[in-house]
Amino acid sequence: MNLVIRGGTIVGPDTVFRADIRIESGVIVAVGEALSTANATIIDASGCWVGPAFVDIHTHLREPGREAAETIASGALAAAMGGFSAVVAMPNTEPALDNVPLVSYVLAQGAKTAIDVAVAGAITLGRKGESLAPLAELAALGVRLFTDDGTGVQNPLVMRRALEYAAPLGLRLAQHCEDEQLANGGVMNEGVLSAQLGLAGRSAVAEELMVQRDIALVRLTGGRVHFLHLSTATSLAMVTAARLEGLDVTCEVAPHHFVLSEEACRTFDPQFKVHPPLRPEADRAALHAALSTGAIDAVATDHAPHTPELKDLAFDEAPAGMLGLEHVAALTNEALGANPVAFFNLLSRGPARIAQLRASDARVGLSAHGGVIMVGEDANVVVFDPSQTWVGDRNALHSKATNTPYHGRPLVGRVRSTIVKGRLVVHEGVLQ
Amino acid sequence: MSIRGANLLTLDGMSREAILDVLDTAESFFEVNQRTIKKVPVLKGRVVASLFFEESTRTRLSFETAAKRLGADVVSLAVASSSVKKGESLRDTISTIDALGLDAVVLRHRSSGAALQVSRYVPHVRVVNAGDGQHQHPTQGLLDAFTVRQILAERHGVVASVSGSSLFEGLRVLIVGDIRHSRVARSDIAAYSALGAEVKVAAPGTLLPPSLEGWPVTVSSDFEEALAWADVVGLLRLQHERGTGSYVPSLSEFTSTFGLTATRVPLLKPDAIVMHPGPMNRGVEIDSDVADLPQSVITRQVANGVPVRMAVLYLSLAEKKEL
Amino acid sequence: MTHHEERQDRQRGLAFVVKSQLLTAEDVSRAMKRMAHEVIERNQGLDNVTVVGIQRGGVAIAEQLATLLGGIGQVAVPVAALDVTYYRDDIGEHPLKGASMTTLRDDLTNRTVVLVDDVLFTGRTIRAAFAALADWGRPTAVQLAVLVDRGHRELPIRPDFVGKNLPTALSESVRATLDGVWLGSGVAR
Ligand SMILES: [Zn+2]
Repeated sequence: MNLVIRGGTIVGPDTVFRADIRIESGVIVAVGEALSTANATIIDASGCWVGPAFVDIHTHLREPGREAAETIASGALAAAMGGFSAVVAMPNTEPALDNVPLVSYVLAQGAKTAIDVAVAGAITLGRKGESLAPLAELAALGVRLFTDDGTGVQNPLVMRRALEYAAPLGLRLAQHCEDEQLANGGVMNEGVLSAQLGLAGRSAVAEELMVQRDIALVRLTGGRVHFLHLSTATSLAMVTAARLEGLDVTCEVAPHHFVLSEEACRTFDPQFKVHPPLRPEADRAALHAALSTGAIDAVATDHAPHTPELKDLAFDEAPAGMLGLEHVAALTNEALGANPVAFFNLLSRGPARIAQLRASDARVGLSAHGGVIMVGEDANVVVFDPSQTWVGDRNALHSKATNTPYHGRPLVGRVRSTIVKGRLVVHEGVLQ
Repeated sequence: MSIRGANLLTLDGMSREAILDVLDTAESFFEVNQRTIKKVPVLKGRVVASLFFEESTRTRLSFETAAKRLGADVVSLAVASSSVKKGESLRDTISTIDALGLDAVVLRHRSSGAALQVSRYVPHVRVVNAGDGQHQHPTQGLLDAFTVRQILAERHGVVASVSGSSLFEGLRVLIVGDIRHSRVARSDIAAYSALGAEVKVAAPGTLLPPSLEGWPVTVSSDFEEALAWADVVGLLRLQHERGTGSYVPSLSEFTSTFGLTATRVPLLKPDAIVMHPGPMNRGVEIDSDVADLPQSVITRQVANGVPVRMAVLYLSLAEKKEL
Repeated sequence: MTHHEERQDRQRGLAFVVKSQLLTAEDVSRAMKRMAHEVIERNQGLDNVTVVGIQRGGVAIAEQLATLLGGIGQVAVPVAALDVTYYRDDIGEHPLKGASMTTLRDDLTNRTVVLVDDVLFTGRTIRAAFAALADWGRPTAVQLAVLVDRGHRELPIRPDFVGKNLPTALSESVRATLDGVWLGSGVAR
């Protein structure tokens, strides 16, 4: 299939320019003015940004174990609708992705979808935080990120050993930073509001302590840590300082942490329950402001599907987590204003670098993501209309689950087309 | 916001006028409860479901008695002991009982916010919160304020229902114990402060909420001084598991530092009112003998539960819901 | 009436606006005395009579009637207030009225009850009063005394003693107190 994307604004790592793109056999074959449309499907991109398709480094696909909430197939559809050409499947499945057969299974299922599905392996067996998972064996399958996400590695000695083991293998450990003892089963941010609502709080300090601990462990071991879903201004400041110090640390924020504040919990609607929890407005505003400063490497969804049966429980009994794949681009666009360079850096180039999915990385069985629109590149491309307005609708999702906190929310900016390995997966906003 | 034609979910933010509306109406139902026939037909034909996901025989009976004395039909679902266990979707349970054609749901649930959630699932049904987790227990707050006003009105020889909030002006209320985990404390503080009383809390640091910012209370630095200061002392139940070292070193240390013991009784003003929402842990937050002193109005609180809950059900149900 | 109700009335434009005075305080006083005599005449004495005033307008009139009866008969005539709010058949049709106190305590079995209200209109308040009275036992007889009968009955209820018959339009309202009787519009609580 040949494609010509016509009339769009091409967004590079630092500049934008007007050009058409021609794609043949999964590769970009021409970039320029008024390209020939012979034998090609034409994608009208006028008014749109055209850039490397998005990469989500924090996607809970739930398979195996909780297929009622999401499957690799349904999650991939949601991802494509959201403009993603690749996602990193998180290992907190049931059982956890801590061994070769399971990781191979997920990679095989992922290969049947229209997008690239990479896998993050568990750091410890069963994500129990006790003994190391076979990091080297999994690395041989192409796994580059490891995490016990859902929870962090609680024991500092185990984390130290994991960093020491992973560093020479070129692997990065991604940490869900929350000290579970201090979080003490809390269900929302601890503070004025939790006290008023009678909901048990999760202190910001529970997160910040582990960020601080892991920075110290990176300094000690020379390892690499990626900080998942940072939610407080203090966490981000610590990571920024560590980076200035020269430590190999990266970080992401989730859209809900720069869009929503803990005020949403006033409704006791479990759709707003997430870990780390939604924080006070000052933290939300600080993360929002930091999106365009380069302090944040990636926006990552922490897409966490749950069945309605579970999300209809009382606030303290419902599971934590919310969907993100299909709305994150609009939310990031709205938060950044008209800043296409930062937009693609946060949603595509930054995450692809962390997940080692770029052309320059040693990828196994996956195409190159988060690159530059130029001749010879793998054709993983998204066409995004930054000014289209629409409304979040839980009944219009492609995910199996419906637990979006953005139902009824006006959104600005929408994915028009997603092209993965030269295939037009989403066209005119519709799954092909 | 008045509770007329509305749900009663929280006292937090409720106006003085709306609280007085309940207290004044409760006075008329208090009179009904003095009659030989303690029943009026004002909610004849209405169906009130009492839905207790957490067992509290006392509160459930109080609500059910109130509903029956208003002439309503009562559907009683002791969910705590039925097949509906932790983990069943709130929405499913409510949809099932809604099929019975309900006018009101009286809901007790171990989770904060459950009543508000239920009110979203069944917008056509009035929801009365009979205690949700550690959040609110609005009828307890109302009946505590009602009891205090009634006692003060008797002492001053005035009619409670025409005294408005005047008897609460300058009134000093001390709430003692596990404020952090107590829905009663949250409702009491809201009610007393809305009515104009001055509220102080006394508790070990671990049993105070992580933040009291915005709460209309001061924190006592000296429990015994606070006891001498107070016109009303509201004690809270301390659950035994809090006293195993997790929040306080031991129950006996709690008693020795924050218990209303017999040796502390002489510190109280002679006419101080001692309250407890029940069920009491005699020998923990209150000495057994103290609970039976004349200052203690605990049985009166229980008795006043019925007229106050009648007032709540009447005001909420008898007026058309403003949509 | 609570502040809440007063404000609701004002917001709904239902406050009572006087059009004209129909009876002076002196007229009312004469009518009350005549009714008192009629009550005694009808009951051949007062031994068994309890006067019950319907909250709110009927209470002051009942108290005055009991005083007049006591003065004439030289006996203390028991009088009590009865609130019928919780017995009405129109609950939920209108904004709720706050209930007033019922002071009736005694068992009415074998008593003659003189039920008193300020204005007799549709008869529904009286129906509610009958329902309420049943909770105090079984009186020998219930008689009805009203200061003003303005017509427009919706139930088969007829007063035994009337201060003044005043034909009115349905849209009008009447305020009847010991200080006088007025015609107006709005709610004459
Ligand atoms: Zn996480």
